[in-house]
Amino acid sequence: MKKLFFILSILLAIFLLQACNKSIVERNMEFAALNPLKTDVNAGEWKPVLLTGPTEFPVPVPAATNTPAYVSEINEIKGWQRNLNQTQKNTIAYWSAGAILRWNEILRELVAKHNIPPYQNPDGTYPFPSAANPFAYPIFPFSNPPYAARAYAYVAAAQYDALIASFYYKKLYNRKAPYKIDNGVQPLVPQNDLGSYPSEDAAVVGVTVELLKLLFPADLDYIQQKADEHKLYRILAGANVRSDVEAGEALGRTVAQKFTARARTDRAGAAIGTATLWAQMESQTAATGEMPWISQDLPKRPPMLPLFGKVKTFLFDSLTMVTDISAHAPPSTNSLQFKKEADEVLYYSKNYDRNRIEIVHFWADGVNTYTPPGHWNAIASEDFVKQRFSEVRWARNMALLNMSLMDAATVCWSTKYKYFNPRPTQFNPDIKTWTGLPNFPSYTSGHSTFSGAASTILGYIIPAKATAYNDMAKEASLSRLYGAIHYRSDCDSGLVCGKKVGSYAIARAVTDGADF
Amino acid sequence: MKNIKSIRIIIIFCSVFSFYSSFAQTDIDAIMMNKKQFCAGVMYGSGSWKNYWEGTNKRDNANLGTVSTKEYMLQGNYGVTNKLNVLFSLPYINTKATAGTMHSMKGLQDLSLFIKYMSLKKKIGSGTFSAFTIGGLSFPTTNYVADYLPLSIGMHSTNLSFRGMLDYQISNWFATISDTYIQRSNIKIDRTSYYTNELHYSDEVYMPNATSFNIRTGFRNNRVIAEAVFNKWTTQGGFDISKNNMPFLSNRMNSSIIGFNGKYNFKKDGEFSFTGGFNSAIAGRNVGQTTHYNIGAFYLLDFNKKKKIIASKS
Repeated sequence: MKKLFFILSILLAIFLLQACNKSIVERNMEFAALNPLKTDVNAGEWKPVLLTGPTEFPVPVPAATNTPAYVSEINEIKGWQRNLNQTQKNTIAYWSAGAILRWNEILRELVAKHNIPPYQNPDGTYPFPSAANPFAYPIFPFSNPPYAARAYAYVAAAQYDALIASFYYKKLYNRKAPYKIDNGVQPLVPQNDLGSYPSEDAAVVGVTVELLKLLFPADLDYIQQKADEHKLYRILAGANVRSDVEAGEALGRTVAQKFTARARTDRAGAAIGTATLWAQMESQTAATGEMPWISQDLPKRPPMLPLFGKVKTFLFDSLTMVTDISAHAPPSTNSLQFKKEADEVLYYSKNYDRNRIEIVHFWADGVNTYTPPGHWNAIASEDFVKQRFSEVRWARNMALLNMSLMDAATVCWSTKYKYFNPRPTQFNPDIKTWTGLPNFPSYTSGHSTFSGAASTILGYIIPAKATAYNDMAKEASLSRLYGAIHYRSDCDSGLVCGKKVGSYAIARAVTDGADF
Repeated sequence: MKNIKSIRIIIIFCSVFSFYSSFAQTDIDAIMMNKKQFCAGVMYGSGSWKNYWEGTNKRDNANLGTVSTKEYMLQGNYGVTNKLNVLFSLPYINTKATAGTMHSMKGLQDLSLFIKYMSLKKKIGSGTFSAFTIGGLSFPTTNYVADYLPLSIGMHSTNLSFRGMLDYQISNWFATISDTYIQRSNIKIDRTSYYTNELHYSDEVYMPNATSFNIRTGFRNNRVIAEAVFNKWTTQGGFDISKNNMPFLSNRMNSSIIGFNGKYNFKKDGEFSFTGGFNSAIAGRNVGQTTHYNIGAFYLLDFNKKKKIIASKS
């Protein structure tokens, strides 16, 4: 008995010690201040996504650093730096990890927040979020995976173009950083030799806020608060004077217009389809003798964004998508092959395995998460931090990744609604899933397509991790079979298709001027 | 053996405080085992809910139908001294939803250990007043999946509980009141990011602590117990499930339940006893509106008796 008490009291003591401190250190709060290995001073020559060139939107000549206007801006920095409080120091620590990084995180957070399917109406139909009235329930948007993929892509591509323009004018005007002009200004971020006008951070703020107004209009208060904090941080840190920030922000806003104009006409707005279309998809599939997809949600929910496959792609045209990228037809739902694959899903449904469940849940990225594209952004970000890319290279790599992910969504969704294949749980009701079942047709797997695309372009960006990314993509793909969400064909074809999408991103990357 | 202390039963109050019935099983009555007595038994419980509180909004969900939980539990109580008891319980749990596609879950859940000390016992007026302090430790016995609400079998946190309890009995009528503070450890989940009111980049989830207030009153002698129970579980923090979202482990789960328990000993001071109980949630937040019943059978081993037998043989 004494022994038992002794063991118990030891256990209690250990537990108490641990229990005292329940604070959690989150990975993204441990990132050091960005100190790029290369400044990429010539990034103004890189190939933009939508801009005709870096000078499409001119940036006015800055005031000379010996003018009273500039001196008063230097004095503003000194004034702030004299009395920095802890909150301001925390702001510097947070934002100095990188502008592209932090705004990508903010976007992931907005996606996760809004990735919740709307609750049904009393009559069993479903309401849709409205961009025109974003605050009414359901709050706009429902940032499901295709919506999210598109949001990440527009923001990243626009940030990239804004930074190309910003870097062009930095080199052209070569106004030195405040801490290089005046010894009284302390550099509270790592120093570099880039021109400080226009501010690259502010260019990111300007372009991102404009895009987010379109993509997440119900969260403008939060977005604006982050933007103000970010701009102020540059001044607090002695890295930019106010006119650097203002010029950068103005440039970013102008660049954003090209992207918002594209977004308004890229056909995503019509991707929801109509009740007639949903019924047609079912009846047309049935007419071919195949079993059509039926929503497994109760009450039955309209299929998720059935016309997203028509959304304008970034990396290739629609003809290339059909001729070179799209998946071949799935096995017929009447075939022995299909039955065999359904039996395989049944096996994974019936046989609980803790290690497989871990894989399923690690990659699930379902409701209220940043979606699979967001997961690949998180993976990329944590690896990019270690690579110490310049802001403009961060933007370029994020743009490549996210254009791949969005185009993967387009390819995958076009396939899903072309074949309108039933989920395993519909084909065989004995199949139960280990994670939430998405409300759209089965073939091909979205996770597999996203992961194939992301792992391919990331393997190009960080060749040393190419094998690791490939393994992760395979695991992400198989996680959907293990979860009893998808047949093996869905996963295999999705992965192949995604890799092809990724190869188009590589084709762009080798010619965009950043890698030579 | 002849007095109330020796009633060889632990009446378990299954605090149904989360989506599934959770068995941070508590020893929450004023009954003590005598020195060197060991009472052990098995219990079967079943709880289910159709409606739940999404935040404070009560709703049902056609994609879940009715969510049910079945528990098979081993438990025991040993008298170290007449005033100091140690207790344990270990449930095997099986969850299921009648609708939707989500797979059921099953497995061994958390081992709970309690030390129960009767610090005071004295005649006050025409009755007997007693005071208790109870310390508990529970921890998961398997690597079960917690991040699968509402169908996970438990929360996978390691819990430390401290309870103060007062009891007053006049003749065969009693009332017991207790309050418990539950310190919960953080938990690890299978994903590296999750959303509460904001996005977190960690596989560790902060688990808010909780309190549990309990009143029970009724008839009690050494053959029969019949009691009514009220329990209020309050999570100290956490967040509400947003509209049409899935529940999460660190939700603010609150629950008020009322119930009735009974125990019957077939023979006066016999080895076998049987228990049964029923309870139902009357208010809640981020939990299912559970109704729950349980039945159990227990057996007493008296090591004092055995010694006597051995002694007489020799």
